[in-house]
Amino acid sequence: MTTPVHFTHNGRPVSLFTEAGESLLSLLRLKLGDQTPKYGCGQGGCGACSVRIDGQLRLACLTLAETVDGAEVETVAALSAPNLDPLQEAFMDHFAAQCGYCTPGMIVAARTLLDTNPRPSRDEVIEAISGNLCRCTGYEPIIDAILAVAAQEVSA
Amino acid sequence: MYHVNYRRAGSVAEAADLLAEAEDGQLLAGGQTLIPTMKARLAAPSDLVDISGIEDLIGIREGDGAIEIGSMTPHAAVAASEVVRARIPGLAGLAAGIGDPAVRHRGTIGGSLANNDPAACYPAGVLALGATIVTNSREIAAEDFFLGLFATDLEEGEIIVAVRFPQPARSGYAKFPQPASRYPMAGVFAAETPSGIRVAVTGAGEDGVFRHEGLEAALAEDWSRAAAAAVEISPEGLASDIHGAADYRAALVSAMAAEAVARAASRKPKG
Repeated sequence: MTTPVHFTHNGRPVSLFTEAGESLLSLLRLKLGDQTPKYGCGQGGCGACSVRIDGQLRLACLTLAETVDGAEVETVAALSAPNLDPLQEAFMDHFAAQCGYCTPGMIVAARTLLDTNPRPSRDEVIEAISGNLCRCTGYEPIIDAILAVAAQEVSA
Repeated sequence: MYHVNYRRAGSVAEAADLLAEAEDGQLLAGGQTLIPTMKARLAAPSDLVDISGIEDLIGIREGDGAIEIGSMTPHAAVAASEVVRARIPGLAGLAAGIGDPAVRHRGTIGGSLANNDPAACYPAGVLALGATIVTNSREIAAEDFFLGLFATDLEEGEIIVAVRFPQPARSGYAKFPQPASRYPMAGVFAAETPSGIRVAVTGAGEDGVFRHEGLEAALAEDWSRAAAAAVEISPEGLASDIHGAADYRAALVSAMAAEAVARAASRKPKG
């Protein structure tokens, strides 16, 4: 069974057919060609596919594509146009991306945190990225990068 | 994941109809457990009936001496609710600690209860607070609702519409999360309720959530961290698995009980 879905993808209205049971992640990557959300575990354990749906942090792999009809879906690609998000700059400055596979999810989770809580404590940062696994960079540079942006945005 | 038909229900009645029509239908709440289970091919319903968008099922209402939470209210909304934070702080704290931020935006109280995972947080809060589970056909006391691992008193096609919590005098929850899954290896909810002191334990029991009579008796005498810590917790009936043996879980239950009481004492609501 195919169903039409209409939603906005990074601000752009899109309409397409989705197969029954298809995940938002597969729709984004394979049908819309937005490969910024990553396929990690595919079962909600790693956070590599983190996106925002109507402003809320969500896992694209656990979201049925049919459920986003009418929603606003944002991937990390929305944050980097026209200029890189300060979080992306900070991740580079702090060497917070080694293999880079968790990075899009980390950035989306971190941006969602800073949008709602501009001055997070270190513990709040840790909690905010608790659903995002990193297996090679190590969490410390990631946490430092997020805190650096928070300090910079608050003082700006 | 196997092929599945997705159906969005606009009302509880429509959901019941869609479920009855389906060959092997299943309700979809937040899907934070069901979807991974289907992806692992451990479940293969013919149809998913999505009730997460039914507006009547979402929200928090203050009633006479009670708070009612709609079954499709996500954890993040319970955690952020000023009503719940002021009146049942233990429950707000419990909701704030479930899973991770993405899970909390999508996972629901009704979905958690219907699934009755032996390590889920909500069953402990619902049982300790002496809540009532309201379905589309009847009301079920928490006491009668949980029937062991992933088993509940819900009948085929029955839909949880809300959970009603009587106002406790105080309440607190503490859990020791397994570091990867963040499910509690032991979680203890302690409350002073209209029906007395109640303490429920999740994550540790072989048969899922249970009340601990020893802790309840001790706390009825003396509501204090020390009284909770002094209760001997037997490892009998506690789970042993790759993450911890029963005697280790018994020690965790003791520590979490003391912590839950300490948290409750410091947040007693006024009036």
